[in-house]
Amino acid sequence: MSEHDDDHHHPAPLSPVEVRARALEELLKEKGLIQEGFIDAVVSAYENDIGPMNGARVVARAWVDPAYKARLLANGTAAIAELGLGGPEGEHLVVVENTPTVHNAVVCTLCSCYPWPVLGLPPNWYKSPPYRARMVREPRVLLREMGLDLPESVEIRVWDSSAAVRYMVLPERPAGTEGKSEEELAALVTRDAMIGTARL
Amino acid sequence: MVFMNGVHDLGGMDGFGPVDVEGNEPVFHDPWERVVFGLVSAMSVQRLSNTHSFRHAIERMDPTHYLGSPYYEHWLTALATLLVEKGVLARADLEARAGGHVPLSQPLRSGPVVLPAPSAAAPRFAVGSTVVVRNVHPLGHTRCPRYVRGKRGVVARVDDRFPLPDVAAHASERCAQYAYNVRFDGHELWGDATDTAAAVYVDLWESYLEAP
Repeated sequence: MSEHDDDHHHPAPLSPVEVRARALEELLKEKGLIQEGFIDAVVSAYENDIGPMNGARVVARAWVDPAYKARLLANGTAAIAELGLGGPEGEHLVVVENTPTVHNAVVCTLCSCYPWPVLGLPPNWYKSPPYRARMVREPRVLLREMGLDLPESVEIRVWDSSAAVRYMVLPERPAGTEGKSEEELAALVTRDAMIGTARL
Repeated sequence: MVFMNGVHDLGGMDGFGPVDVEGNEPVFHDPWERVVFGLVSAMSVQRLSNTHSFRHAIERMDPTHYLGSPYYEHWLTALATLLVEKGVLARADLEARAGGHVPLSQPLRSGPVVLPAPSAAAPRFAVGSTVVVRNVHPLGHTRCPRYVRGKRGVVARVDDRFPLPDVAAHASERCAQYAYNVRFDGHELWGDATDTAAAVYVDLWESYLEAP
């Protein structure tokens, strides 16, 4: 509600879920179970520091450094640690490589598993029932609906993150980017290309 | 009634329609989502919740509530449920503070955990082994999706040993088993359908698998 609202003595009522969240927060704080500043700190990390820009750095490095790419595909966790990346939901990272004939896409049918250190927290659509239900069943149709029309000649591999491993897609380097720096290349890499719902 | 062929196990389900993609989506949509993410992180740090019991608490939500609520409401419901079940909070206090009903997940239904054998020192299956997913329907937590049960696949990768979630969600014991990445042919999963993937790769613990 803005300060221009006429009825500023009666702010909009909180939604039921908002009320429940606040009630839980208050009770846990009163019990001393939430340190002052903890929530702001953890939220700020995922809003500002941990996101797809990290994965983009990994991808750009793999594009310019074949030895790094080999290490990334052999052991994703160790290779992202070389760039200072790691942490919750990234302890066992597997990177799968797109080629002209193979397209990879990642899903979690059971919940919302996602490689946080390289992609941050997942967008709502990744966690939504239609994506989780359909990606393992009709990926070609679903990807087309989401704007990625793959030729029939491209084999689609779907990775359901059902255990400890988290997956990231290594997209193909776009044509015509030979002269670009690693930093310029990183700016081309999108979150969706690293999930596998887009190509670059 | 809770059964873990639950509403969360969505792979292959039909009727949800298109995926709704929001452009320039913020990390959190509302302040309460920030609060819930922070609370869950804090309780995890304090070991009042672990990944497995937390996931299972989400899976125990009423199916209509699960499908009809935003993602972080799942987290909120699961966290409140676990805190009440562990005696950290009284439901009455929570409802008094919230000024009304606070929906919690349904009670645990599984009995005492039967501890399966941990993996031997060496993995039972190797890359290239053909495996069949056991056709099991446990009452408690599992990470074996319904759409692969009874299906035949080929081991594509052998991972490390990890705690079996079916145990870790319900007991303080840990049962370390090898996890395998198993490649399923699209037609093995979905029959004659022509719109399937060439292959779906699923990560499965050793006790979910048997030799054909």
